[in-house]
Amino acid sequence: MKRKATRHKKLKQELKATTHNSLSLAATLRMHGDALGISLLRLLRTPFSSFMAIIVMAIALSLAGSFYTLMSNTQQLMQGLQAGKQVSLFLDEQLSDEAAEDFARTLLDNHKVERVSFISKEHALAEFQQYSGFGDALNALESNPLPAVIQVFPNNIVQNEADLNGLIAEFQLMPEVDFAQVDMNWVARLQGIIAIIDRFVIIIALLLAFAVLLITANTIRAELQMRSEEVIVQKLVGATDRFIRLPFLYSGFWFCFISGILAWFIVSLMLLMISEPIESLSFLYQSHFEIHFMSLFESLIFVLGSALLGTLGAFIVINYQLRLLKPE
Amino acid sequence: MLTFDRVFKRYIDSSDALSDVSFHLDKGEMAFLTGHSGAGKSTLLKLIAIIERCSRGQLILDGQNLCHLHERDVAYLRRKLGLIFQDYKLLLDRTVLDNVILPLIVSGMSHHDAARRGRAALDKVGLSLKEKKYPLTLSGGEQQRVGIARAVVNKPALILADEPTGNLDPELSAEIMTLFEQFQQVGVSVLIATHDIELISKLNHKVLVLNQGHLTIKNEVILEETIGETA
Repeated sequence: MKRKATRHKKLKQELKATTHNSLSLAATLRMHGDALGISLLRLLRTPFSSFMAIIVMAIALSLAGSFYTLMSNTQQLMQGLQAGKQVSLFLDEQLSDEAAEDFARTLLDNHKVERVSFISKEHALAEFQQYSGFGDALNALESNPLPAVIQVFPNNIVQNEADLNGLIAEFQLMPEVDFAQVDMNWVARLQGIIAIIDRFVIIIALLLAFAVLLITANTIRAELQMRSEEVIVQKLVGATDRFIRLPFLYSGFWFCFISGILAWFIVSLMLLMISEPIESLSFLYQSHFEIHFMSLFESLIFVLGSALLGTLGAFIVINYQLRLLKPE
Repeated sequence: MLTFDRVFKRYIDSSDALSDVSFHLDKGEMAFLTGHSGAGKSTLLKLIAIIERCSRGQLILDGQNLCHLHERDVAYLRRKLGLIFQDYKLLLDRTVLDNVILPLIVSGMSHHDAARRGRAALDKVGLSLKEKKYPLTLSGGEQQRVGIARAVVNKPALILADEPTGNLDPELSAEIMTLFEQFQQVGVSVLIATHDIELISKLNHKVLVLNQGHLTIKNEVILEETIGETA
C-alpha cells in the first residue's frame, strides 16, 4: 500500500515535471537513447533506400578520404626527397676504380660529409641496362661510356641551398672530379606543383563534404516528409520541436557514421591496391617509400567527422522543415 | 477554466471566421459546440489548441492568455489538453498501447511508467484486451476509443473533441458520449464540437451555437428551433 502511494507520488511528480519547460537528466538521457534506437530502426526498416544513400555518401567520403591520404603521402615523399639531398661527383675517366675508392674514403674526412657511396663504372652500366630499357643498345657499344660516380650525402651542417652550392664548389676544385652536380631544382619545381595540387585537393575535399551534407539533408527531408503525419500527431499531443527533431538528427548521424566507416574501408582498400606498384616504383629511385595508411587517430577523425557532417546536415534541414510542418 | 472574451479570428483575405465570441467553461463542465459547416466550430477549437492564433480579444486557459503565448510554450500548453479528432489521428504503424502513451512519451516519461498509465486509460475506455493490436484491425468505434484513451492519459484539464462521432453510428456515438460524461464527472472540462443534434438533445449540457462566426449560448430546452434556424 505504502509502495503504491510512493509510486503514485513519483508519477505525479513526473507528470508535473513534464508540464514545465525543463526535463530531468534521466528524462533527457532517455530521450536521447530512444531517439538513437528509433533512428536506427527507421534506417533498417527502409533498407533499400538507406543502402543507396549510404553508398552514395560513402563514395563521396572515400574520394575525400583518398585525396587526403594521397596528400599526406606526397608530403611524406617530399620530406624523403629533401632528406635525401645529395651531390653526385662524376669522376675523371682516367681514374682507376681502386684510386676512385681511395678518393671516396678521403672525402669522409670532410666535416660536412655524412657518408659516401661509390658506384663503379661496371655497376653503373649494369644498373643502367637493367632499368633504362636500353639494354640491347648498350651491348652494341664497344666500351663502357659511363663514368664512375660518388654519391656524397652531406650532413646537417649543410642546411640550405647556399651551403650546398659551397660544397659543390669545393668538390669541383678537386682534380679527381670531372663534374659535380646537385639535382635539387627538380625537387623545388615538384614542390611547387604539389603545393598547387594540395590546394586543389583541399577544395575538392570541401566540395565533396558539402555534397555529403546536401545528400544527408535531402535524405532526412524525404524521411520527414514520409513521417509528416506522425510528426503532426506528436505536435498535437505536446511534443516539443526538440523532441521531434532528435530522431532525425540521429538518422543523419547514423547515415554518415556508417558511410564514414564504409568509406574508410574503401580508402584502405585503394591504398592497399596501389601500395605494391608504388613501392616498386620507389625502389627504382633507390629509396624505400612505404604507403602511409590512415593512423588510428586520423581514422577516428574521419569517421566521427563524417558523422558530425551528417548530424549537421540533418539539423539544418529539420530546423527549416519543422517550422513549415504545422497541424491543420 | 476556459474563458473566451470578445475573441475575433480573421483569416487573410476573408471575413471574420469568429466574431466577438465570449463564453466561459467551468472546471468539470461539459458543453457542446454546434452550428452548420463553416460556422466556425473547428476554428474555435483550433484557437484553444493554438493551431490557429486569435486576431483580437482574450482567450484564457488556466490563467494563461493563449493569444499571446510564445511559440516555444505551445507544446507545454497542449499537454494540458486532450485532443480528439473525427479521423482519430492514430499512428497506424504503432500498437494501440503505443498510440495511447504517445503524450506521456513526448513529455519525457519512461516507457515503463507510461505503459502502466496507458493500460489504465485503455481500461477506462474498455479496450484493455486490445493493447497489442494495430489500429487498422479495430472497428471505427474502437479506434475512436483509442483516441479518447490517448486524450485522457495525460490527465488533461480540458478535453477538446472535434466531431468525435462523425464517423460512427448512433449507438456507438451514445457510448462515446457516455465516456465523455464519465470524465466530466471526475472534474475534467469537456468541449465537443458536433452537428449531431439528436445526440445533443438527449444530453443535458450547455450548448454553444455558432452562426457565421457569431456565438449564442443556449440551454437544451430550446435547442431544436435554434438549430432549425441555423441549419
